[in-house]
Amino acid sequence: MRQLVSVTNAVAWRMLHNNFTTPSLLIPGLVFPLFFFTAFAGGLSRVNDVPGFRFPVGYTAFQFVFVLLQSAAFAGVFTGFGIVRDFESGFIRRLMLAAPDRRGILLGYTLGALGRWLVTATVLTTVAVVVGMQVGGNGVDLFALYALAVLVNFCGLLWSAGVAMRLRSLQAGPVMQLPVFLCLFFAPVFVPVSLLAGWLQVIAHLNPVTLLLESGRSMIAGDPTHVAAAFAAALALVAAFSVWAVRGLRKAEAAGG
Amino acid sequence: MNLASQVFYLGRRSVIRILRQPANWVFPLIFPLALMAVNTGGLHAATNLPGFPSDSFLAFFLAFPFIQGALFATVNAGVDLARDIQTGFLNRLALTPMRSGALLAGHLAGVIAVGAVQALWYLTVGIVVGVRFESGALGAFVIFVLAVLIVFAFGSFGALAALRTGSTEAVHSLFPLFFVFLFISSMNLPRNLIETDWFRIAASLNPVSYLIEAIRSLVIEGWNAEALALGFGIAITLSIVGLTLSSLALRGRMSRT
Repeated sequence: MRQLVSVTNAVAWRMLHNNFTTPSLLIPGLVFPLFFFTAFAGGLSRVNDVPGFRFPVGYTAFQFVFVLLQSAAFAGVFTGFGIVRDFESGFIRRLMLAAPDRRGILLGYTLGALGRWLVTATVLTTVAVVVGMQVGGNGVDLFALYALAVLVNFCGLLWSAGVAMRLRSLQAGPVMQLPVFLCLFFAPVFVPVSLLAGWLQVIAHLNPVTLLLESGRSMIAGDPTHVAAAFAAALALVAAFSVWAVRGLRKAEAAGG
Repeated sequence: MNLASQVFYLGRRSVIRILRQPANWVFPLIFPLALMAVNTGGLHAATNLPGFPSDSFLAFFLAFPFIQGALFATVNAGVDLARDIQTGFLNRLALTPMRSGALLAGHLAGVIAVGAVQALWYLTVGIVVGVRFESGALGAFVIFVLAVLIVFAFGSFGALAALRTGSTEAVHSLFPLFFVFLFISSMNLPRNLIETDWFRIAASLNPVSYLIEAIRSLVIEGWNAEALALGFGIAITLSIVGLTLSSLALRGRMSRT
């Protein structure tokens, strides 16, 4: 156990250190969510007036939840890019030789992705509050919203880690990014499901991100609905992607890092 | 070899190089249309807003892929030029009797060829999915001409970035900046329906808004002289400025080599 913890801490520390001391890694992770938040909440606020659109705490909060979950997922995916870089530079090969418990490598990256996202989430939340976002939920609701986002962050990281450990090349970038992007955007991003076009409504109903998004929005509005279902779905996804990532780790081990 | 032949050979090289990298042409053909599908499905309810200029969000949004496709073409071509600098191709070329202007013209000819194929593709998809051009077949042709001009204008700035920095990474990092110009514009809603004051002002100051509105006017309005004059005027101005600056940058680059 101590060996697992020491490998986890070392990998997580390295990941965070690299991220916060390299502007080209740090800045996009901070700027992109803010940019999406600005573009969607600012540019589309009039959507609040569309007949049938009802969200009691306003369009800024409606978009905030989407951008929060999106930033969580992409913090995981961008950490996956770091894993690929570590493969290409040969760092993971050396790490695998040195690590007494290699599951710690995966756990370390997971913690690194979480640390990375927590900073983004803090900046995003601060900006949202400063621009006057209304919040209807109480402390428990908000805690649940951020806990849901943490699970989304784990999903993003575990998915991309699984891809990175199988492909071990920067060519893996689009494979990591595109499915996450599609899952996020084939959900009710701009309006509730009931106002989506028919074909998108069908896809959105099948997309688990819709459940997470709607539940997250209900939490910020102070009227939590489908919370248990959303957490169950998120935990199931984390479990499935954990298996995917661990099997990827085994494949990387078999391939000699 | 005369100037025209030099431009032809370098332009052909530029196009062949793009064709040999599927990611450089598949992504610009697919991704803007995927985003168009998502936004159209998600925001079609916005057509119910009082004062919305069209009853089809798809027709309203068709201008978007032309601009985003131009950004992709620009960044990809800029990266190729930067790679020529990094790999020393430009240095070797400088030892031949080739005129420096031919390099820029050949490079931009490649960008224009890709842009023309993209524009035809977006027009075809628009027609296939049932968009009716209010300005008729001639309007569709004018959209094609304007789209190619926009690719040329953006492409000259991509070349400028490549020649000034000589770094593929630096050109890649321009993509988010271009993306900001695209998103902080009237791409999702007409400017008079943007509720947030600062966003409306930013969109009004942003030249990309007028490029989008010129294409959009031909699709949903018919012949709007003001929108077309602004769109063509801005595209021509950007082309002149970009070409002048990139010519100066090329002169500096060649003298250094």
